[in-house]
Amino acid sequence: MSSVLEIKGLRAAVGGKEILHGIDLRIASGEVHAVMGPNGAGKSTLSSVIMGKPGYEVLGGTVTLDGQDLLSLAPWERAQAGLFLGMQYPTEVAGVGVVDLLVEAARSAGRDPSAVPAAVAAEAERIGLDVKLLLRSLNVDLSGGEKKRNETLQLAVLRPKFAILDEIDSGLDIDALRAVAQRVEAATEEFGLGVLAITHYHRLLDELKPDVVHILARGVIVTSGGPELAGQVEVDGYAAFAAAG
Amino acid sequence: MSSQTFAASAALDGPDWFRQFRQAGTEAFAAATRPDTDQEIWRYSRIADLDLDGFGPAGSLVLPVPDGLDADLADPAGVAVVENGRVARCRLSPELAAKGVRFGSAAGLDHAEQYVGQVIGRSEDALAVANDAFGSDPLVLVVPRGVTVGRPIVVVDWASAPGAAVFSRLVVRAEAGSSVSVVHLQRSDSERCWLAPVVELSAANDARLGYTVLQDLGRAAWQTATLVAEAHQQSTVDVVAAAFGGEYARLRLDLRMLGRGASGNLAALYFADGEQMFDFRTLQDHRAPDCRSDLLFKGVVDDRSHSVYSGMIHVRPEARGTNAFQTNRNIKLSDEAWADSVPNLQIENNDVRCSHASTVGPIDEEQRFYLESRGVPTRRAEQLIVSGFFDDVAARLPADELRTRIAALVGAKLGEQR
Repeated sequence: MSSVLEIKGLRAAVGGKEILHGIDLRIASGEVHAVMGPNGAGKSTLSSVIMGKPGYEVLGGTVTLDGQDLLSLAPWERAQAGLFLGMQYPTEVAGVGVVDLLVEAARSAGRDPSAVPAAVAAEAERIGLDVKLLLRSLNVDLSGGEKKRNETLQLAVLRPKFAILDEIDSGLDIDALRAVAQRVEAATEEFGLGVLAITHYHRLLDELKPDVVHILARGVIVTSGGPELAGQVEVDGYAAFAAAG
Repeated sequence: MSSQTFAASAALDGPDWFRQFRQAGTEAFAAATRPDTDQEIWRYSRIADLDLDGFGPAGSLVLPVPDGLDADLADPAGVAVVENGRVARCRLSPELAAKGVRFGSAAGLDHAEQYVGQVIGRSEDALAVANDAFGSDPLVLVVPRGVTVGRPIVVVDWASAPGAAVFSRLVVRAEAGSSVSVVHLQRSDSERCWLAPVVELSAANDARLGYTVLQDLGRAAWQTATLVAEAHQQSTVDVVAAAFGGEYARLRLDLRMLGRGASGNLAALYFADGEQMFDFRTLQDHRAPDCRSDLLFKGVVDDRSHSVYSGMIHVRPEARGTNAFQTNRNIKLSDEAWADSVPNLQIENNDVRCSHASTVGPIDEEQRFYLESRGVPTRRAEQLIVSGFFDDVAARLPADELRTRIAALVGAKLGEQR
């Protein structure tokens, strides 16, 4: 069954300052959308607002998943509705392991938690994450690459409808980047994952093939296009787009 | 404690040495300065609300010892049941008895006077002295030289004495090269009472002594507990305290490093809610060279509850080469809850490494959001974070059964109140 994540006229502020000035995006199951932009464009604000992170104020617009309003929901309700956020800086949580978390997530969503440990082990193997690391507290003493593999593992076990990946390519080496990108790419086929990949650089998109590329600058999407747009950014930089916006 | 209770104390039975011990305690208590909040050691406390004269002596149990109080610890090496401060039952594995381990009421053990009151000495704390005066039946455990007690020894300390004062005492001596772990489970009924337990721990040279106390008293109980531990040369003392119950529960914990190369680890986890107040006073007293002491106290305060951590590292002039650390971390789950955290250092030798750290704050918003973003509801996310917060202290518990019990107590606190 195909789903749609739709963002319309989204305006948001942080600390009283408007960062997003009206964002429109429509992502269907199995599609990969890349949002690229320079520092300060509002990329992380966009991902945080969609997931409902505290500290962000929605000034206007809507975010819906198959017509269901997400903005009125708590973050966990958005997750249960089928949304996932892969974080740029995954938070350390002492004393809570990834299996504990995913078991709890399954139980809370009314799914069978007994299947979780095996699913975690299988995904760890697939993403190339040492199973010994899974016994540690969440994100504690993990390298940048291990953290992002761990984020991707959680995505694969949770099987959301849509994943927002906030600079999942930052702070990881080329092997980890490839492993993460390939796993996400495969998920678009396996369970029809729709992806909003927020990134600074082109290199993520060598493995995770975008259907649409959006350029975000100063809080608005200044242009959208096919995968070739990412290559164009690589050559011309963001300045030209930012000026156009 | 009126003159009539003094008379009652003098009339208590027991061996001669113990009657003399109590008599001296009675005189010392009569002369002792009663606690008040002007004294630094009682600052922040609720001691002004405790009317000592309002408590009579404890008689026999009103309610029997409840089932499951032994925390379902599998196959303990020994179990003692203390009822209203009196040793009611005591058993030890025959194998350990054959090795010379002694465990039981001081009145029935030869040479118990060598142990009772020896570690604590004459306390400057009037409420600990009250135990010298009115405590009627100390429980003593002596592990002989070189003997290893593999499984924990359990002490069930039950009070059901409405309106009464209860004075239990546990004395543990680990002789040279021996090893033992004691689990002390403190419970009381739902009525108001005053409990002033004393615990004396002594690890001789090269001994390993573990002591875990789970305080799960009834919600109207007042407790002023005193724990004094001494560590001799190359010995290790590990203390873990978990506190959940009582209206006001105070633990004064003194660790004395008496022999070169000794090490001591003090850990606590506590969770106060409602109107509860937990009050911890610790002293890491370094009196010998090259010792290491490490303290980690972690607490949660909810509703209108209040916790106090006031700790001192004292490095005496003779204690060169000391390593001493204290860390106190607190999570506040409600705006009206309060946690005082007061670490102190007094260092009289230059060749030392000491540190202290303390934090008080709400649940980390980023952590909560991270868990929620995986679909875990807010309350459950907070439960996971709080349980995880206690995890490094819980890891020091000597048995999985205790971890399970404590996880259930934490879960109940989080579930009931929010």
